[in-house]
Amino acid sequence: MYQYDEYDQAMVDARVAEFADQVRRRLAGEITEDQFKPLRLMNGLYLQLHAYMLRVAVPYGTLSSRQMRMLAHIARKYDRDYGHFTTRQNLQYNWIKLEDAPAILADLASVEMHAIQTSGNCIRNISSDQWASAAADEITDPRPWAELLRQWSSFHPEFSYLPRKFKIAVIAAEEDRAAMRLHDIGIQIVEKDGQHGAAVYVGGGMGRTPMIAPLIKDFVPLEDLLSYLEACLRVYNRYGRRDNIYKARIKILIHELGADEYRRQVEEEFVHVKSLGIDPPRAEFDRIAALFAPPALDVSAPDEIDRGDPDFAVWVDSQVAAHKVPGHAIVNISLKPVGGIPGDASSAQIDLMADLAETYSHDELRVTHAQNIVLPHVRKADLYAIWQQLDAAGLATPNLDLISDIIACPGLDYCSLANARSIPVAQKIATRFADLDRQKELGELKLKISGCINACGHHHAGHIGILGVDRKGTENYQLLLGGSGAEDVSLGTITGPGFDEDGVVDAIERVTDKYLAERTEGERFVDTFRRVGMAPFKEAIYG
Amino acid sequence: MKLLTGNDLKTGFVTWWTGADWSLHIEDAADVGDNGEAIAAVEEGARRVNAPYVIAGEATPDGPRPAHIKDRIRALGPTVRPDLTLKPADPNAGDWVI
Repeated sequence: MYQYDEYDQAMVDARVAEFADQVRRRLAGEITEDQFKPLRLMNGLYLQLHAYMLRVAVPYGTLSSRQMRMLAHIARKYDRDYGHFTTRQNLQYNWIKLEDAPAILADLASVEMHAIQTSGNCIRNISSDQWASAAADEITDPRPWAELLRQWSSFHPEFSYLPRKFKIAVIAAEEDRAAMRLHDIGIQIVEKDGQHGAAVYVGGGMGRTPMIAPLIKDFVPLEDLLSYLEACLRVYNRYGRRDNIYKARIKILIHELGADEYRRQVEEEFVHVKSLGIDPPRAEFDRIAALFAPPALDVSAPDEIDRGDPDFAVWVDSQVAAHKVPGHAIVNISLKPVGGIPGDASSAQIDLMADLAETYSHDELRVTHAQNIVLPHVRKADLYAIWQQLDAAGLATPNLDLISDIIACPGLDYCSLANARSIPVAQKIATRFADLDRQKELGELKLKISGCINACGHHHAGHIGILGVDRKGTENYQLLLGGSGAEDVSLGTITGPGFDEDGVVDAIERVTDKYLAERTEGERFVDTFRRVGMAPFKEAIYG
Repeated sequence: MKLLTGNDLKTGFVTWWTGADWSLHIEDAADVGDNGEAIAAVEEGARRVNAPYVIAGEATPDGPRPAHIKDRIRALGPTVRPDLTLKPADPNAGDWVI
């Protein structure tokens, strides 16, 4: 794992001290809320429905056991004994007191964590593949690249006040587990003539105007990457709309300019930027990459799994993925118990996952954009012991990528921007489809719920998506079908008029029944939808 | 009726103007009539409340209630965590929220 050097630590410590003084001045009345608000947002501190909310950055979703334990400690000491893992691979606390914020940030800094750039019109936390360094299908670990971008983008003076927030994802596998093309910049590490470089997609995003990022450059050599990205951001910073928040994201600029013209301007800017010498020497990248060296795994570890316990076998089939090293596996921990709150974990559960990572997964965990947790490097021989402990803690729900593995934003239960509640809908759907055999019969079905048009719940990218809206003061839910955030990326289409909370659950059942009636051998839900189109589903829903 | 609400500066907790002070409990809220903005300005200036705003409310036999669902949820707490609301021991406390 990456470890802070003296510069990283000094930067974070300085920010903690600076924010502590800003909080003191606010509480003393030396600055107004109008003056303080942008300062607290720069430190991830929002004012939400019930209290202050602190969003903690988890760079590329990677955590050590020590960091995970600190998250549990903060939840226990300063919040209400739980945390919420988000679709940005971060963690949010919902009940933070302003007067406690400096101490919390100091605690985070003590384990090389912070909340910097988790809000504001800047480059946000870099997201990545939760199976990085363990997946059999990756060509390299994408996280050294993501870390390079983290260092480049942290406190970048030119990009601290962009027209709008800016999100970057980095992957290095054909299978896209990070919704890469739905980011402002999506980077796929690819190989060409024996060299690794970046395929750069720009202008994706969800929100009120969802767009899939077009490919802007098919291969950017590592030694040009920061200059190229700097050029991408500079063109956006220069021409992005600052007069209209709804047209301020880079996707709108590229849509209006056209990808070809945007590319031309980036190339022109790149020639200038490259002359500035901002790209680090190869040795610096190698220094970073060395910190991500994979753990020494025993290739002779036994490859067999004793499936004698049937409940364990069900969990293995659902939650355990192939590791690139024989005798090892990737464990996906579901934070989606039936009837639970997607992404929430208690302090005790967070501590347990930290303990399991320390004992069985070389001290490492990952947060997924689907609001689950991963133990990336586990011996197959240890799976049973891990499952037993997860099961005892309510963390062994075997539903990865099934209909109850729902992404849901906090919605109107917590979020001041939301128009409708997301969590109760997720709970009702999960309860309706609680029968595991029924879920497995439906197969891979990614269901995603947002409580407003900002799409934090990725509803555009759900095989089935739900968007909560406010219709004359009443919650109403629009249904979308056919989206995907994976390598087969697509945007969902609205079925028609919306539903109330129970109505949308009924509608989903009619959709899944129709899928079972229409599908051919081996077809996932989204495959069937793409083959037969909206009409039969619409007929099933509305008659 | 009109209600004045905001968040406590230190804790961030939802508060309601009672006519003389701030309370965590919607039942204590007072009708501010057309004076909400003026009260808000004074109270915010004195740091007794953060980000105050006026909302539409309704008088009910159980006391004042916010007209909009968002402020009804603010008034009690998250509907999905009754244990974290202001009345965790009362399973029916949120019946009026949705």
